Amino acid sequence: MAGQIPHTEQTDSEAGKLGMWIFLFTELFLFGGLFLVYAVFRAKYSAEFHTGAAELNALIGTLNTVFLLVSSMTIAMSLTAIQKNKLNLALLLITVTILLAALFMMNKYFEWSHKFHYKLYPGSEVMRNLPHGEILFFGLYYMMTGLHAVHVLVGMILLSVNLFKIRSGKVTSSNFLLLENSALYWHLVDIIWIFIFPLLYLIT
Amino acid sequence: MKHNETHISSYLSLGTVLVVLLLLTTISVLVTGWHLGPFTVAAALLIACGKAATVIIHFMHMKFESLFLKLMISGVFLLFALVIGITFIDYLLR
Repeated sequence: MAGQIPHTEQTDSEAGKLGMWIFLFTELFLFGGLFLVYAVFRAKYSAEFHTGAAELNALIGTLNTVFLLVSSMTIAMSLTAIQKNKLNLALLLITVTILLAALFMMNKYFEWSHKFHYKLYPGSEVMRNLPHGEILFFGLYYMMTGLHAVHVLVGMILLSVNLFKIRSGKVTSSNFLLLENSALYWHLVDIIWIFIFPLLYLIT
Repeated sequence: MKHNETHISSYLSLGTVLVVLLLLTTISVLVTGWHLGPFTVAAALLIACGKAATVIIHFMHMKFESLFLKLMISGVFLLFALVIGITFIDYLLR
């Protein structure tokens, strides 16, 4: 038919990335608020924060840091692979990233269930009887690591969507904005952990 | 806006960045074991900032983005640091 405009799908990589970065900035300030609350209460109840932090397992924290750092590299590598049109390698690297995220979550599960075993969770009798500063420390611990774990789960879902989209040919070597933005999200999850790890686990 | 040619990071460079990040993690774990008092927090945070910057510049490809995006990313992170820093100093000096 004359006058019909052919419909072609268009993506603007620059604008898409800009939008993702703006979203990541809001995430940054969400966690920033929690970091600030942590800093203020740490200054106010430093002795109790020391006792609280000493109860966290630094080895599990360090292991989780390594998992997230390696996963950050594998997802960055998957972007290189897809740009070079090595689709199978990209699929493999994304799968490895998801597996590392699963290992992170498994560690988190053991860590939390260990505390739950001792009835150390918000609202429990044990936690209510702790000194005020320690209640705040563990409250912040559950809030910060919990909110971060939710982000890890969302990241895992996003990366799984990428696996399907690459298989179905929706994400290709010329159209990989979804993978690029998912990788940006994943790196932010890593960056937040880079700060949570020393603040909660190391500085005792 | 000029459309930039997308840069493809090499596997080797990404691997090198990971080694640097793991080294910084090791230093951070060692430094906090030394009990340097208030300097422990400062050292741990300084190393964390270094690690975050490494991730942003290399893994998140900031190095290869347009000047506009580069300025925006650095600007927002600077604002973020100022908001956190100034609010905390305000609390401390009350």
